[in-house]
Amino acid sequence: MAEHHDRSGRRLVLLVPYLWLLVFFLVPFLIVLKISFSQIAVAMPPYTPTFSLSQGWDGFVAAFRQLSFDNYVWLTEDDLYIRSYLSSVWIAFVSTIITLLVGYPVAYGMARAPSQWRATLLMLVILPFWTSFLIRVYAWIGILKPEGLLTVVLQTIGLLSPDEQVRILNTTTAVYIGIVYSYLPFMVLPLYSALEKMDASLLEAAEDLGCHPLKAFWVITFPLSLPGVIAGCFLVFIPAVGEFVIPDLLGGSGTLMIGKTLWSEFFNNRDWPVSSAVAVILLAVLIIPIVLFQRAQQRAQEREAG
Amino acid sequence: MATKGTAAKKAAPRKAAAKAAPQKTAARAKAKPEISAEKSKMVGSVRRSFAPWTDPDAKPFILYENITKRFGDFTAVDDLTLGIYEREFFSLLGGSGCGKTTLLRMLAGFETPTEGRILLDGQDISKIPPYKRPVNMMFQSYALFPHMTVADNIAFGLKQDKMPKGEIADRVDEMLKLVKLEQFKSRKPHMLSGGQRQRVALARSIAKRPKVLLLDEPLGALDKKLREQTQFELIDLQQQLGLTFQIVTHDQEEAMTVSDRIAVMNQGKIIQVSTPAEMYEYPNSRFVADFIGDINLIEGTISSVSGGKVTVETADAGKLVVNQDLKADKGQTAWIAIRPEKVSIGLKKPAARTANVMSGEVWDIGYLGDVSTYHVKMPAGGIVKALQTNATRLVERPITWEDQAWLSFSPDGAVVLLS
Amino acid sequence: MNRGASWFNVTSVVLGFAFLYLPILILIIFSFNESRLVTVWAGFSTKWYVELFRNEGLMNAAWVTARVAFVSASIATVLGTLAAIALVRFGRFHGRTLFSGMVYAPLVMPEVITGLSLLLLFVAINFDRGFWTVVIAHITFSMCFVAVVVQSRLVTFDASVEEAAMDLGCPPAKTFFIITLPIILPAVISGWMLAFTLSLDDLVIASFTTGPGATTLPMKIYSQVRLGVTPEINAVCTILIALVTIGVVSASLVTKRQEVERKRAEAAAVRADEPELA
Repeated sequence: MAEHHDRSGRRLVLLVPYLWLLVFFLVPFLIVLKISFSQIAVAMPPYTPTFSLSQGWDGFVAAFRQLSFDNYVWLTEDDLYIRSYLSSVWIAFVSTIITLLVGYPVAYGMARAPSQWRATLLMLVILPFWTSFLIRVYAWIGILKPEGLLTVVLQTIGLLSPDEQVRILNTTTAVYIGIVYSYLPFMVLPLYSALEKMDASLLEAAEDLGCHPLKAFWVITFPLSLPGVIAGCFLVFIPAVGEFVIPDLLGGSGTLMIGKTLWSEFFNNRDWPVSSAVAVILLAVLIIPIVLFQRAQQRAQEREAG
Repeated sequence: MATKGTAAKKAAPRKAAAKAAPQKTAARAKAKPEISAEKSKMVGSVRRSFAPWTDPDAKPFILYENITKRFGDFTAVDDLTLGIYEREFFSLLGGSGCGKTTLLRMLAGFETPTEGRILLDGQDISKIPPYKRPVNMMFQSYALFPHMTVADNIAFGLKQDKMPKGEIADRVDEMLKLVKLEQFKSRKPHMLSGGQRQRVALARSIAKRPKVLLLDEPLGALDKKLREQTQFELIDLQQQLGLTFQIVTHDQEEAMTVSDRIAVMNQGKIIQVSTPAEMYEYPNSRFVADFIGDINLIEGTISSVSGGKVTVETADAGKLVVNQDLKADKGQTAWIAIRPEKVSIGLKKPAARTANVMSGEVWDIGYLGDVSTYHVKMPAGGIVKALQTNATRLVERPITWEDQAWLSFSPDGAVVLLS
Repeated sequence: MNRGASWFNVTSVVLGFAFLYLPILILIIFSFNESRLVTVWAGFSTKWYVELFRNEGLMNAAWVTARVAFVSASIATVLGTLAAIALVRFGRFHGRTLFSGMVYAPLVMPEVITGLSLLLLFVAINFDRGFWTVVIAHITFSMCFVAVVVQSRLVTFDASVEEAAMDLGCPPAKTFFIITLPIILPAVISGWMLAFTLSLDDLVIASFTTGPGATTLPMKIYSQVRLGVTPEINAVCTILIALVTIGVVSASLVTKRQEVERKRAEAAAVRADEPELA
């Protein structure tokens, strides 16, 4: 496109979303960062110092001097936070592995299904993604609670004696189930698209050259589906680390997850500076997988474009 | 040797078949040699007496003046100057990435030259946006508007010009008639075949009667038969409408068929501009010789230049003589370029010829039905190809593999190339 | 291929889908339960739906949510489409890395962080929290989803179609509205639908950014869910699921039918005779 002809139009196209994201995405982060260095105060907003333009440069400098690392020091002193971070990452990691183990056979089966079925199957995977996350998590409460459906079913088929009940709700197991259930479509979709693209004649060639079908899966299919595996794992792991709804509704008091800790720090303790510091650290924990994921996506996009 | 030899021979016909196209063009170009009354010789076939580029007073209609275009570090077009005349059918020919499409897109206004300027009918158009330029383009992908009918596609440009509705309807009907698509008027592009889409794209781009029509690989997406037929349709259309056509193609056969003149491009530069026949018979470099059609290039050193005769000493074939006015020094490296169809082959030493006779072993034969290409290995190791028309069905003693064969060519048949 | 393993494929697909759909199905079934107990079936009844429509708090929240979702999805679609165009068409420009980072980051950002940071912004600039702060928050994260959806369509879009329009005399802005937009419209619409449902579903970000009088349906559901499973909530969930299912299924049926028709027309075109030019 001849760039000198329609400069003003182009500027507008870029500037509007750019400014929006700057003001409502980047600036809020800087504010979070700043408040994480502030002190809690009994005021509105409940932190100090507050910057104000009316105080001029001196006020700014004075306020700046009051900023401190106290909140971060606090995060290391109270082991609640460290345990929350570690257990979030661990729970997210385990859930990701389980989701992969559950999702791979599903995606594989879909990719090998008769082609006239595939579009429908794909839609069926996407459909839960469109329905409310909250509702899907909520649906499990009715199943997992002690007097819930699972207990009833297990008692009916005799696996559980009538006076026994399942103890899953409000445990970490329930959180695993919730994460695997909620994020399964995120795992299946990239796996499916990687497997579906695969040329079926590759496996035929491998078998033709004397490779056993099971071995062909490990040496041909699985390596070729790796981009899908990686994308799927990131798509599950990253949001799972910061998850709030699932640990809050399905987990118990013993299930520590950082999203939940942040929430209660903010809403129950009203300690905005500490919750900001928690957010900053959470972002720091996630920044590496996020950057890795974006690189992988960019590469995939370039491959597709080229 | 035997197994290797048969394997090579088995593959040979297919290999040669791929190269068959250029030879066929050559045959067509030579089909009607126009020999004037004065017995003076002319180059190739003559389609029409149109040669403004030979007239020193004629002004080019399109003038690319010292055009350079860089994309980052990559120079797509490198200080190029080129004039194209009114009502000319001009082809830019070259491999991918040679800058031919960039040149076209600069005239259309989609790229801005980094340096230099483009004049259209004497006016500098560098500052004019694409939607105000009096040139139209037919895109390689056709770029038909998928959500509009054939008629709406053709009317699109006219509507932008705010032409009265009645006139638009008339013009659209006229265009539909021209490209024989009247009954497809209200179809959407996806309901058309490739050839029909190509004609809609053509009709759309000429509906506005542009001063210049730019065609970017217009026939690239068509199959071979349809492409050959459409080439002639394009020529007829261009003459009928009296438009200037500038076409970009990588298909040398297409360029030879349709063009008044061809420019062969490589790495952003023009290597040679001339008529198709001149380009074929008098390539100015090994690059052009090799790019257009099939050719033998025999390397040697010049041993004498005098009186319109050049003698070259070669390792493969000894002394070879060519009738040519050439400015060159004795001892300079040179290449004899000779088209396979100008080399005759026989089992006996030709008695009539004294110069340009060589002998070698028949190495491969590509049988294509109408013609056969013989690959003859010279004692020094080089291969010289000879093309023979299979004029009769039965041959008493066919030339076969491992035969010792004699090759010869006329001193008028070859050119000496210095680069 | 791999005929021997096909029982495995069928089983894994069936089990996978059972896992995905059984909890939702159970929820829907029990929304029609006569009894208040969610584990004992006491006969079919629609009384919870009737009760639901009498529950003013829930109905208000639903109305707020619908308005938030509609407004935020519409604005997010405009902004997201613009962002997609900038990313796909503008090549390299100053600040491109920052821009694409800001477009992609919200996709993977934990909701608690997005919610917290926006709240702190609204507090810092003294913006009264309520309907509009939720709308702004929803626009911010859903515009990025729209951008990704539209971007993937634009990447496969043949840019020479736009060039052809300009070549025929159509100025750039007009080209966008009469050529580009109609062609990418399906992607823009699915972007809107995605933004709409994202807004409809969101609990965390809305909880942070909302203010008095702007309680959304997920917030309402959440506060009731914490008190236990009730058939009323099952009924709300069933209605929401039904709405989304109808929307998604009909949208995909429409695209599928268009696809089939297009393919049939294309096949017919290939068979079509090639009338020759003069």
